Amino acid sequence: MTDLPTQTDRSLGLVIDLDTCVGCHACVISCKGWNTENYGAPLSDQRPYGTEPMGTFLNRVHSYEVQPEDGTAQTVHFPKSCLHCESAPCVIVCPTGASYKRVEDGIVLVNEDHCIGCGLCAWACPYGARELDQEEGVMKKCTLCVDRIYNENLPKEDQIPSCVRTCPAGARHFGDLSDPNSDVSQLVESRGGFDLMPEMGTKPVNKYLPPRPKDSWDDQSLLAPLLKPVAEEPVGFLGWLDKALDKLPGGSA
Amino acid sequence: MHPAPSVIIFSTLSGLGFGLLFWLGIDLTPPTGGVAFAFFFIGFALAVGGLLSSTFHLGHPERAWRALSQWRTSWLSREGICAVAALCVMGLYALCLIFFATHIVILGWIGALLSLLTVFTTSMIYAQLDTVPRWKTPLTPALYLSFSLAGGALLSGRITIAIALLAIAAVIQIFWWIRGDNALTISGTDMGTATGLGERGTVRSMAHPHTAPNYLVKEFIYVIGRKHAQKLRVIAFVLTFALPLVILALLPFSHILAAIAVLSHIAGVATSRWLFFAEAEHVVGHYYGMR
Repeated sequence: MTDLPTQTDRSLGLVIDLDTCVGCHACVISCKGWNTENYGAPLSDQRPYGTEPMGTFLNRVHSYEVQPEDGTAQTVHFPKSCLHCESAPCVIVCPTGASYKRVEDGIVLVNEDHCIGCGLCAWACPYGARELDQEEGVMKKCTLCVDRIYNENLPKEDQIPSCVRTCPAGARHFGDLSDPNSDVSQLVESRGGFDLMPEMGTKPVNKYLPPRPKDSWDDQSLLAPLLKPVAEEPVGFLGWLDKALDKLPGGSA
Repeated sequence: MHPAPSVIIFSTLSGLGFGLLFWLGIDLTPPTGGVAFAFFFIGFALAVGGLLSSTFHLGHPERAWRALSQWRTSWLSREGICAVAALCVMGLYALCLIFFATHIVILGWIGALLSLLTVFTTSMIYAQLDTVPRWKTPLTPALYLSFSLAGGALLSGRITIAIALLAIAAVIQIFWWIRGDNALTISGTDMGTATGLGERGTVRSMAHPHTAPNYLVKEFIYVIGRKHAQKLRVIAFVLTFALPLVILALLPFSHILAAIAVLSHIAGVATSRWLFFAEAEHVVGHYYGMR
């Protein structure tokens, strides 16, 4: 049934650090690779070497410029995948029961054998986390690498989602966000982690950590007074050259 | 939102078909024999044709039967169940009228109610979505129901009722358009809340995740038709309401004119439904700096 569980035993999810992400897209590639070779239908590509190449991705990285009222603009790289919402709107709209939220760990999954590919769950998701595979005709989404995190055939360090394992900047963290003492919960607490589109009432499990404020251009070094220019106006040879060039036709600069 | 032809054909034809079945179901003196066959054939052809058309946009139409299972939470599932129930009950009602000239009143009323419920559940598939502010309003079910009832009255030749219902539907359509134009702004969702960075400054999309449009952009950020939206609204309004109203109210009755009124109405509803999708903005567009 597409009823949402009233409570889950754990809330596994990701914490994404927008301060640390460098926008390298390594998580996108490792996600595409792992999820093409493992759980469910492969993630297809259309016209991969032609015009307008397109494909199914469970994780995509956007880049934004944030221009504050004062000061310089800041670049923020922004990875986005399924947020495994507590109140997942994609699950309740599913007419077949193919979409479900697991009671044991809160992961939102699609049973691809029951999915009719109507696309309504993708319509209901505000985050664009679900993509209808154009080849297989079924809905694809982040599984939180459910086939890695419980896979005891893998070395311990690999029993985390592929994107987290791959991130070279350490910008992605995986854990149980329902446990206030977990590393990820502590991180959210200390860094002021936030929800995307909280007004949608989806109660996302995944959290985002804000970029730290950048240094201001006006910050003065202690040595600044010693580094003052010794002459505001050019003197000597440069002074003569400045005046001589000003006198040439074309006016002064 | 991408205006998929199969979905537009479905909602246009099924709406009219179930509207016609509603009026046939509550008819105090319904037709029998051949005349009944003609009316019910049109009703069923429209309703079933629309439903079949809607399965063409599915990735796996052969599994469509599974969609009848999740009635507790899913409006799409409820729509499927109501449609099947309405067609079964109306089918039995029609058989009795056509072959036995027997009018089972209660069956007609149940079938009529189920027909209206089907249209209502269709509209709720759209009206439930927080992600499309233009659709998220009680005016959306009002729009679908009024269109269906007016179109059904027109098809079944109830001229006085059709005039009144077309006028009501026209007013709802205008209010729906006016409200819809500000819905995204009023919803409070913008690039700031989408990224969570809005309090830090003005957020601008610098680079999309990929160089070419993906499924999300194609499905949810459909901008091609917006340039002509105002013109298409006028065309939809004239075809759906104005021309049929003029024919019904001012011109002497003739079968040819009635057919023109019906065809004009159908073309108008299809145009209005195309706009319903093409103009609708999904909030995921904020992540792409588009709407």
